[in-house]
Amino acid sequence: MEFRVHPVAIIRAILRPIDPPLFLLLAVLLAAALVIMQSASPARMEAQLVNTGVALTLMWITARVPSARLLSLALPLYVLGVVLLIGVALFGEISKGAQRWLDLGVARIQPSELMKIAMPLMLAWYFQQREGAIGLVEFLVAGVLLAVPVGLIVTQPDLGTSLLVAAAGLYVIFFAGLSWKLIVPLVVVAVVGLGSVVAFGDTLCQPDVDWQILREYQKHRVCTLLDPTSDPLGKGFHIIQSTIAIGSGGLFGKGWMLGTQTHLSFIPERHTDFIFAVMAEEFGLIGAVALLVVLFLLLLRGLMIASTAPTLGTRLLSGAITMIFFTYAFVNMGMVSGILPVVGVPLPFISYGGTALVTLCIGVGILMSVQRERAQSQS
Amino acid sequence: MTEFRSPEQEISRLRFRLVVAGLFMLVCLGLLAARFFYLQVMRFDYYHTRAEDNRIALVPVPPNRGTIVDRNGKVLARNFAAYTLEITPSQVDDLDDTIERLAEIVEISDYDRRRFKKFREDTKYFESVPIRTKLTDAEVARFIARRYMFRGVDVQARLFREYPQGDLFGHVVGYMGRINSRDVEQLEARGETANYRGTEHIGKRGLEESYEAELHGRTGSEQVEVDAGGRKVRLLSRQTAVPGNSLILTVDAGLQAVAGQAFGNRRGALVAIEPSTGGVLALVSAPSFDPNLFVDGISVADWKGLNESPDRPLLNRAIYSAYPPGSTFKPFMALAGLSLGKRTPQQAIADPGFFMFGGHRFMDDKVGGHGMVDLHTSIVQSCNTYYYQLANDLGIDAIAAFMRPFGFGQITGIDLPGEAEGVLPSPEWKRKRFKRPAQQKWFGGETISVGIGQGYNAYTPLQLATALSAVVNDGVMFKPHVVKYVVDPQTGARREVEPQPVRRIPLKPEHLAAVRAAMVDVNLRGTGARAFAGAAYTVGGKTGTAQVYSLRGTKYKEGNVAERLRDHSWFIAFAPADKPKIAMAVLVENGGFGSRSAAPIARQVIDYYLLGKRPPGQASEDEEAEDGE
Repeated sequence: MEFRVHPVAIIRAILRPIDPPLFLLLAVLLAAALVIMQSASPARMEAQLVNTGVALTLMWITARVPSARLLSLALPLYVLGVVLLIGVALFGEISKGAQRWLDLGVARIQPSELMKIAMPLMLAWYFQQREGAIGLVEFLVAGVLLAVPVGLIVTQPDLGTSLLVAAAGLYVIFFAGLSWKLIVPLVVVAVVGLGSVVAFGDTLCQPDVDWQILREYQKHRVCTLLDPTSDPLGKGFHIIQSTIAIGSGGLFGKGWMLGTQTHLSFIPERHTDFIFAVMAEEFGLIGAVALLVVLFLLLLRGLMIASTAPTLGTRLLSGAITMIFFTYAFVNMGMVSGILPVVGVPLPFISYGGTALVTLCIGVGILMSVQRERAQSQS
Repeated sequence: MTEFRSPEQEISRLRFRLVVAGLFMLVCLGLLAARFFYLQVMRFDYYHTRAEDNRIALVPVPPNRGTIVDRNGKVLARNFAAYTLEITPSQVDDLDDTIERLAEIVEISDYDRRRFKKFREDTKYFESVPIRTKLTDAEVARFIARRYMFRGVDVQARLFREYPQGDLFGHVVGYMGRINSRDVEQLEARGETANYRGTEHIGKRGLEESYEAELHGRTGSEQVEVDAGGRKVRLLSRQTAVPGNSLILTVDAGLQAVAGQAFGNRRGALVAIEPSTGGVLALVSAPSFDPNLFVDGISVADWKGLNESPDRPLLNRAIYSAYPPGSTFKPFMALAGLSLGKRTPQQAIADPGFFMFGGHRFMDDKVGGHGMVDLHTSIVQSCNTYYYQLANDLGIDAIAAFMRPFGFGQITGIDLPGEAEGVLPSPEWKRKRFKRPAQQKWFGGETISVGIGQGYNAYTPLQLATALSAVVNDGVMFKPHVVKYVVDPQTGARREVEPQPVRRIPLKPEHLAAVRAAMVDVNLRGTGARAFAGAAYTVGGKTGTAQVYSLRGTKYKEGNVAERLRDHSWFIAFAPADKPKIAMAVLVENGGFGSRSAAPIARQVIDYYLLGKRPPGQASEDEEAEDGE
């Protein structure tokens, strides 16, 4: 008897949890991220490579975990997340006017980031528990489960993250089958609300108008979006300069490493939230649309995985995760191109930043885990 | 209410919603694509231009300012390059914090901070303002290493003005100061705003002010690529600046030094002119000031010291202060008497020591009088009675009409700013000068006072020197000027400031000869004899004493009067007498009799100019010529 293991078998074993289409699309995005990073901030290349390696490893590990096990982690993760958020509220570090970080001695963590995964996981798990008996009560419970962490994050205050966490939960609720009769009025209220903010922006943005529910800096962000030129040296500068970068890129772009807006420091935070402006300036409309296509293909793959997932929990989870990816991408690019307010949302898989990349890749790992089980159950 | 559905129904509903979600994503991403298309294709030209505007800045290159040298090439004003640390307030969020942090790297004094604050008020929001000037090399290196920490702060190489002769030429050369809002208005009026972009200093006084247009030059420009912090990244194209023209003066720095030092710590003025051209050889106003104090913003203490000093060092007495000419007016009166046919040189009068007019006794200086006095004696001995009578015989209108062509009571047109007109009294002048009818009337007694250079007479030393030049130049009067050549520093081409004859005063040579001969005798046996004892040249002169304070009825005694109420001392002189190369007026404020304070100064100046002789105790030309090129 030989214990010689064939090399191909090892590779197969490694590749087994990987979903090839998903991985291919992810690889294209991560490679693009490295190319853009070289132009936007070459000093961060090494760190970006390390982040990418760590994130891919965690994706692979997550992909190997059975989805049932993942769902069973929902409650503990959720409880941990809420406890940590309360901890932040009581003992958190204040940085740039907001209390977001918790120093555990070993590492400083941002519990709101954990919530981005724990939230959809929790709701998917909950609906799976109630499978076959999902009614109004269940939706109300889900609403409370959603409102508690979102409320905690809003008070940090961190509007961007709280919106993303809320969106993640709402996607699960949507896929779980909340009646259109409730969805339509909610959407109408939201649209009318946003529409009136835009329409009455001038009045609302007077300095003495207190917006009650939103902080001053959030009001500032919204108002700047409504009229970027009102603050050309402050926040408006970001939007003006990033739209100039995108627009001046033209059809084919100025060429890699040749973006004047990028290299003369006109683009703010060009390695993180505004990295899309770098890409659009240097690679033009062609590059921007190519990125949209790759992202859309990745999202389609996610939806396909959701539609064929074996259990209700996995279906809801993978659908919600896909929608989160979409939300990140849409909000980020909408903000950089000046059609959405400046909220601190990174461009998924491209922006610099370890935490976000790890969170996103764990999400991909969950999708792969779900897909692997379907493949196994079919075989 | 709870709907119960089969798992199949649940799955199909979920799939429907997934399709809805997919379509929603497609619409949203399509919206983004449309936005990108709008920005990158439809509005490409606009954003392309905006990006280029961002990228490219037109940076002005200020020209080198022209230098100023004396007639022998001795440097009076030049430039030197120094590094300044400058802050652009529009690019700095917290100005105070930035300055605090800068203070940890380079020394920033309270004076620097105050000056920065003051400059800021006169500067546009987006322009840079110096916080420190004249950085040392070590300070520049320390800052450059940390420059990334200071957005909106940069080191600039700037040209500064330097005046190697210090206070010797303060009143001639003047000084530069930072362009303030009033200067900006003037530049706008002259249409020179663009040419001063990048220039921070402008001539404020003296030649720096009057020759600003020549000295400044044409500003060039550089097209450079800049980053968001406004820092120069790369040069794209350049239009070179045209340096300003240099000035070569008629003034002799050596003579100026002798004259300036002759005043010691007394107040006064001296103007020496070359009669045949009108070129100013020396122009002193004592005390003077050091123009270097103004170069990068004068400190409050220095400014107070200059501005509040009772000696008024900032006052240019030579061209701005008008004093009664006293007896120095007598040679001109004598000429008037001869020219207008009221006197002949031989005609003599009896001087009892006073002149009666309208019941008032106008006194002579000499108790008991000078006896029989002809024109020659009247000048040599400075006889008042002769001139009381002459003035009365001429009448004020004739006196004023005769004196006007000599430039009395009018600006001479010298190429220095801030000249005063002085007063040539006449009934017409009095009517304009006073408001009330009672004051407007001209009295005959006033004519008598004018005859000996007192009363309303008030002339600047420059006017007296110019008038004397006309007398010794056979009646041809030149406009006085300080600049001899304007030099293009690139080609070396010299443009001469042509001597400008203002007018030829029709005077008979025998009349001029009579007056000049009397003035020569003044220095041989008259009131100037002591000062010019043993002079190796012939020299004409006339002393004068201008009354500061009228002491009615009491005998004037210097010892009794506070120093500042003492009479001003005048002396006018020309030499050599037969063919004068220099004519001058010297005034010593509160100096008492002209023969005692002013005449010795004239002697030192002429000794130096004609003989190269320096007064004892003064350094020779070579020893102090280290600045000379």
